[in-house]
Amino acid sequence: MAKRRGWLRATFHKAGSPRWFFSGSRRWMIGLYAVGAVSVLVGSVWGLGFVPPDRLQGDSFRILFVHVPAVHVAQSVYVAIAVAGVVYLVWRMKMADLLIAAAAPVGLAFTALALATGIVWGMPTWGAGWVWDARTVSTLVLLFLFFGLVALRQAAARPARAALAVSLLAVVGVVNIPIIKYSVEWFTTLHQPPSIRIGEKPAIAPVFLWPLALNALGCYCLAAAAVIAALRTRIVEREAGAEWVRAWLRAGGRAA
Amino acid sequence: MGARVAPRRRQSGVAAVAEWLAMGGHGPFVWSAYGIGLAALLGISVAPHLRMRSLRRHLRRRLDEGGAEGGA
Repeated sequence: MAKRRGWLRATFHKAGSPRWFFSGSRRWMIGLYAVGAVSVLVGSVWGLGFVPPDRLQGDSFRILFVHVPAVHVAQSVYVAIAVAGVVYLVWRMKMADLLIAAAAPVGLAFTALALATGIVWGMPTWGAGWVWDARTVSTLVLLFLFFGLVALRQAAARPARAALAVSLLAVVGVVNIPIIKYSVEWFTTLHQPPSIRIGEKPAIAPVFLWPLALNALGCYCLAAAAVIAALRTRIVEREAGAEWVRAWLRAGGRAA
Repeated sequence: MGARVAPRRRQSGVAAVAEWLAMGGHGPFVWSAYGIGLAALLGISVAPHLRMRSLRRHLRRRLDEGGAEGGA
């Protein structure tokens, strides 16, 4: 037990070291790009060309294979940011703050993608691109939260001030996540309830699950790679004065 | 005979592709959703590397200048 706790603590301390993360993360990033690109490509070709159209919606349901992964990634990125916010508030860990800075634009992009594909999907199926209901409004709030995390950092005068304000916003804003999740169950809405629930049989035909799973996996991998890439940039920016960064720059500043 | 079959076959291929592109009349919606998706994924994949490149250039210039000052 004591040994295990020691191992956990060591990992926590290592993860808090920008240098340790920088030296090991490049390989992970490249792997995630490769897996992400392949699965998104296969999943999209599969979803566009090799599954039958939906009985009620026809071919427009194929937007699901973009829309649902985007929504999931956007919400997961927010939860990760909120956890990093707690870590920063409790331990003032520099890496947690850099993670929020790196992940917020990625979350913003996926939320915008979720909303845009939702609008495009709504037009033929609901007869309206935008409907003011609990699901759309809570997702719009998520977009504003991500935007707030990006803008607040740029507005604050000092980095320490920015880190504190941003992590507070990140933690407070997490209340929006269950609201998004349950908005289709608590409120009357045009939006359909989830087709896949943990522990239940999916309400979606198995032929549609494969392209969905591949695109979801691919989007998660590409999002993770983008966060790692941005985090590496933030590390170099923040540690520019450190000897190991200078050595890395002198060596050409590529691999490592 | 063979000459007559070949163009017909080719046309049916083109028709099949056209039908696929039309997506049962929902083509504009489906393709724009996938287009936006592709743009978003490309954007998040490229942006941090462009940022890293300009940062690296900036820091290296500063490092070179700093080195010259230190030498003089």
